[in-house]
Amino acid sequence: MLDNMKRSILVALWFVFLTFPLMVVKVNTLKNIVEWRWMNMLWVALGAFVLSIVWRWAMVRRDLKSSESDSTDDDQARPGIGQRILEDPKIFKPVLLVLAVVTLVFPLVVDIYQANIMVLALIFVVLGLGLNITVGLAGLLDLGYVAFFAVGAYTYGILNSFWGIGFWTSLPIGGLMGALFGIALGFPILRLRGDYLAIVTLGFGSIAKIVIENWEEVFNGAKGIAGIPRPGLFGLDMTIESATTYTYYLMILMVLFTIFITNRLKDSRIGRAWMALREDEIACVAMGVDMARTKLGAYAFGAFWAGLVGVIFAARNTYINPNSFTFMESALVLSIVVLGGMGSIVGVIIAALVLILMPEYLRAFAEYRMLMFGAVMVLMMIFRPEGLIANVRRKYTRSAVKTEGVNA
Amino acid sequence: MPETKKKLLEVKGLTMDFGGLRAVDAVSLEVSTGEIVALIGPNGAGKTTFFNCVTGIYNPTKGEVLVHPPEKKTQRINGFKPNRVTTIGMARTFQNIRLFHNMTVLENVMIGRHCRTTTSIVGAIMRGASTKRQEQETIEKSYELLKKVGLVNFADEFAKNLPYGAQRRLEIARAMATDPFLLLLDEPAAGMNPQETKALDELIVRIRDTEKIAILLIEHDMKLVMNISERIYVMEYGKEIAQGTPMDIRSNPRVIEAYLGEEADA
Ligand SMILES: Nc1ncnc2c1ncn2[C@@H]1O[C@H](COP(=O)(O)OP(=O)(O)OP(=O)(O)O)[C@@H](O)[C@H]1O
Ligand SMILES: [Mg+2]
Repeated sequence: MLDNMKRSILVALWFVFLTFPLMVVKVNTLKNIVEWRWMNMLWVALGAFVLSIVWRWAMVRRDLKSSESDSTDDDQARPGIGQRILEDPKIFKPVLLVLAVVTLVFPLVVDIYQANIMVLALIFVVLGLGLNITVGLAGLLDLGYVAFFAVGAYTYGILNSFWGIGFWTSLPIGGLMGALFGIALGFPILRLRGDYLAIVTLGFGSIAKIVIENWEEVFNGAKGIAGIPRPGLFGLDMTIESATTYTYYLMILMVLFTIFITNRLKDSRIGRAWMALREDEIACVAMGVDMARTKLGAYAFGAFWAGLVGVIFAARNTYINPNSFTFMESALVLSIVVLGGMGSIVGVIIAALVLILMPEYLRAFAEYRMLMFGAVMVLMMIFRPEGLIANVRRKYTRSAVKTEGVNA
Repeated sequence: MPETKKKLLEVKGLTMDFGGLRAVDAVSLEVSTGEIVALIGPNGAGKTTFFNCVTGIYNPTKGEVLVHPPEKKTQRINGFKPNRVTTIGMARTFQNIRLFHNMTVLENVMIGRHCRTTTSIVGAIMRGASTKRQEQETIEKSYELLKKVGLVNFADEFAKNLPYGAQRRLEIARAMATDPFLLLLDEPAAGMNPQETKALDELIVRIRDTEKIAILLIEHDMKLVMNISERIYVMEYGKEIAQGTPMDIRSNPRVIEAYLGEEADA
């Protein structure tokens, strides 16, 4: 402890030294004098000291924890609270019920502004679940995911402004276009790994935005496309309030749909192949899995969801322009996946809600949003690299009849 | 053995260059039905590279790799992708264990069934009757294989939590799940204690006898090799220096000098 104190004091002094020119010295160019802000120095010293102490304490705790799990020789011996909630039906069922009720009445008790934010958060839930397929399940890094989101949004925008095609027709087309672009991206990068994959996908995301910005005739450039209709309901005329509420319920259905479909895929021949690809590519192909097909499938399927909610995003905003599809959005979705836990559906949902809603409700944080993301990511990598909720180990049951037959 | 022996794998003059290094130099080798064939040689002789060329991990510089699958026509598989080689019916294990660590033991074996099942993305989403049947069959077969290698009690454990010897056996089960007619084992006994090695010895013979799978194995454990293999090929510095029955090999002066002598020194 004393040792920790000493080190923390050293850290504090070091920080004071480093930040001295920035925080303490201020040249007032109007009066041509130098202001000395000694108070700042005190704050830096205090802040660095406290942070350092907390950091050391956390590290000690982490080491304790990992040595504990070593001794039990089974990292599943003490499942996290998340997993316990998920596995115990006594807790799980009421929690689910409460969640369902809250979800259903939410748009009826809050105002349109909040319902609208919630719709955005739900859109990011689906984006997170989609990217989770590519990154979390198949282990293929994708830093340009927002491009597929843009593909979906612009599919609807263009189909509507040129040919007047409605929301419901555009929805599946948007999804399919996303998947198509997923395959188009997948082809050239089949053999890439690690850093190269990161760079190329990053480039793909940027290219998509640049194309949209500069191809005036089709995408209307930086001006964007306005006057996109909200989702329709049998041609009913809706007020903005009821349209928002309707979009909200639509998004809820969409999230459920995504969970249902991705869950089915996860527990299938395809999902297992994706996981195996993530675990060890060479072993995976040596066991007879077609690498190209499996990878393209993962890219396409992940991109499909982005395309799908892209359409809904365009309908929610009624206006799209290239600024909604920057690297920031890709990074945000990736943060959601990493924070939530690679491969975990519940984790991704929680992470999406936290990362989207927090900056909206805590406006003070909004400015430091990126700083906070960074800090959270670093902390996660150190303390919970498996994410908030680790992927649950799946158990398979044999069919009773056949088991008997085999034993006989 | 009553049934006639039939050639399964026929490698002629296989050569593999890495830049200036000739890791495998004109090696020829044959494996027939019902055989256990061993490939031995000192460290760095090029045995693993030979395996990699045969299973499609590398594309050989020169030579012929011919496969004669039972009841199907002969194929020249030079340059085939690994998954195609496996689908034809030759499965392998790895010297440096390559399991899917964060998947369960059962799931590892289930991956082996991938190339024998057909469920597509759409099929997986619909989850129709045939998909369900396939899935159930996959589970059944995988359990059976785990039983055969003695890992059924670990079925729901993560592969990374298995002890070392068990991981090697899991690799064998995973390879067997692909329904091969030839199993290529790269140092299956490496890191095993004497009891485990003995059990492995029995397992390999059992696989050959009851599953009718021929076996080509790389191994440093001389006792195991001499015990179970019908024929042995010896490599040194990429070249094939001898071949024959265990008796021949034991008394071959060239082999003793190159390989066994070195063992005795150590
Ligand atoms: N991908 C590669 N690139 C360059 N050189 C390689 C490559 N793979 C193997 N080699 C070289 O080829 C030679 C043969 O290696 P290989 O792994 O086939 O030997 P081995 O007989 O399996 O040895 P061990 O008994 O140690 O497993 C070695 O000199 C090795 O360094
Ligand atoms: Mg080797």
